[in-house]
Amino acid sequence: MFRDIGQLAILAWRTLRSLPLIFRHYRKLIDQLFEIGNASLLMSCILAVFIGGVLALQTGPVMVEQGLNSVVGAVVGLSVCKELAPVMIAVLIAGRIGSAMAAEIGSMAVYQEIDALRTMNINPIHYLVLPRVLAVCIALPCLVVFADLIGWVGGALVCMSNPKIGIPWQAYFNDLSKVVDTLDVLNGLIKSLLFAAIIGLVGCHQGLATIGGPRGIGRSVTKSVVNAIVLILITDYFITRLLLTLDL
Amino acid sequence: MNESCTVESGRVCVEVSGLRKSFGTSEILKGIDFGIRCGEIFVIMGPSGSGKSVLLKHLIGLERPTAGSVRIDGHEIDSPELLSKYRIAMVFQSGALLSSLSVGENVGLYLREHRIHPPAEINRIVREKLAIVGLAGSEEKMPTELSGGMKKRVAIARALVMDPQLILYDEPTSELDPLISVTIGQEIVKMRERTHATSIVVTHDRDLGFGIADRIALISGGRILTLGTPDEVRACDNPEVRTFLNASYQPPEEADRT
Repeated sequence: MFRDIGQLAILAWRTLRSLPLIFRHYRKLIDQLFEIGNASLLMSCILAVFIGGVLALQTGPVMVEQGLNSVVGAVVGLSVCKELAPVMIAVLIAGRIGSAMAAEIGSMAVYQEIDALRTMNINPIHYLVLPRVLAVCIALPCLVVFADLIGWVGGALVCMSNPKIGIPWQAYFNDLSKVVDTLDVLNGLIKSLLFAAIIGLVGCHQGLATIGGPRGIGRSVTKSVVNAIVLILITDYFITRLLLTLDL
Repeated sequence: MNESCTVESGRVCVEVSGLRKSFGTSEILKGIDFGIRCGEIFVIMGPSGSGKSVLLKHLIGLERPTAGSVRIDGHEIDSPELLSKYRIAMVFQSGALLSSLSVGENVGLYLREHRIHPPAEINRIVREKLAIVGLAGSEEKMPTELSGGMKKRVAIARALVMDPQLILYDEPTSELDPLISVTIGQEIVKMRERTHATSIVVTHDRDLGFGIADRIALISGGRILTLGTPDEVRACDNPEVRTFLNASYQPPEEADRT
């Protein structure tokens, strides 16, 4: 595990150092952005509407019963943008995109395509890792913005339609906007940026480290998803502590 | 054979000394020493599992030796500037074409990534090199649509594009029928004529080895058994060499009698 973390840190440093070269690989970046962003948007929105909905469903009736109608919008709004949307969308993307990265790069490693790149003096980090990591770092915060909005709407729909809650659309969003400000959304976006880097780097690292044929590819895919989710949740705790300390 | 060559002559020589490689407790290469002259076709032959492919990977820096060194024109193979200074191409056993790219994109990859020519010129070179290996008009095909022989010829075209000074072939005729094997062998000789590159061919195909080699090294069990011209190797009286060179299929009854 410590070796994996060390290799991951080295990969992160090399990727960061190669950042100025992205202009040479912008076409690959655009392809990856399309694959990660566009193709994951619908799934992220479906996930978000139900996250907002279930949150309203769990908290709404209790709060309304206690006479705290005006708090429901605030609770759903803050929970979605600061915690649930960044984490849940990151988990979704780790499963959908991180695994695909590990599988694609892993099969390239097994079938000597990466060796072929090296013999042509093409650095696999510049050619394969950089566009993927950068694309997920751009796409994930964008998906989280959509997820925030759709999550709030999901909460509003449940508040409006559930007879035990019965908070009108307008009142819900008024309450939400009194508490949730730009910094709260930014807080979630900073988290999602870190999670994106974790997903991209773990997926690429597992892909590059693949050995042993199709079975090795399967192992890398599983490890990429599990490691990314574990790292996301651990990082989430520490970044939340840090952001609270910084009063963000 | 001209031994005193320089980088300007477009050819490079290779020197392997005391090369050892272990994976865990098993030692694959047990001290390999040889020199490859500039511009020659050097064939490394040996039975399966003798360490040929591992040796080849050391010659292009894809593996790090446990001990010993590989030098190209006096430069250590793992020195960072080596691949920038010399054009070294490798034709992999499987072809190792990038499956996400078309044939044309694969062949032009080196030129495109290093921005050596403008796109129109790259397309022209790609068409030209594909025509040389008999695959004109295949630019748009994907590697999955190609047969094993076609993939290898695309890999040769990809190597040709680099105008290499040193070219390495890993089992270029494995899994191919005898006719295509002959074509590939001819391509290797033609490649040397065109580029004057030093060629290293790893194979267990005796017909190919003796047909194209200037010199042959026969390795077994991680050691060199014999090294010399095809005639010298044929004349070698080492029993292991004789067994490898004389192995032929015998009908079961005849094998029982012997």
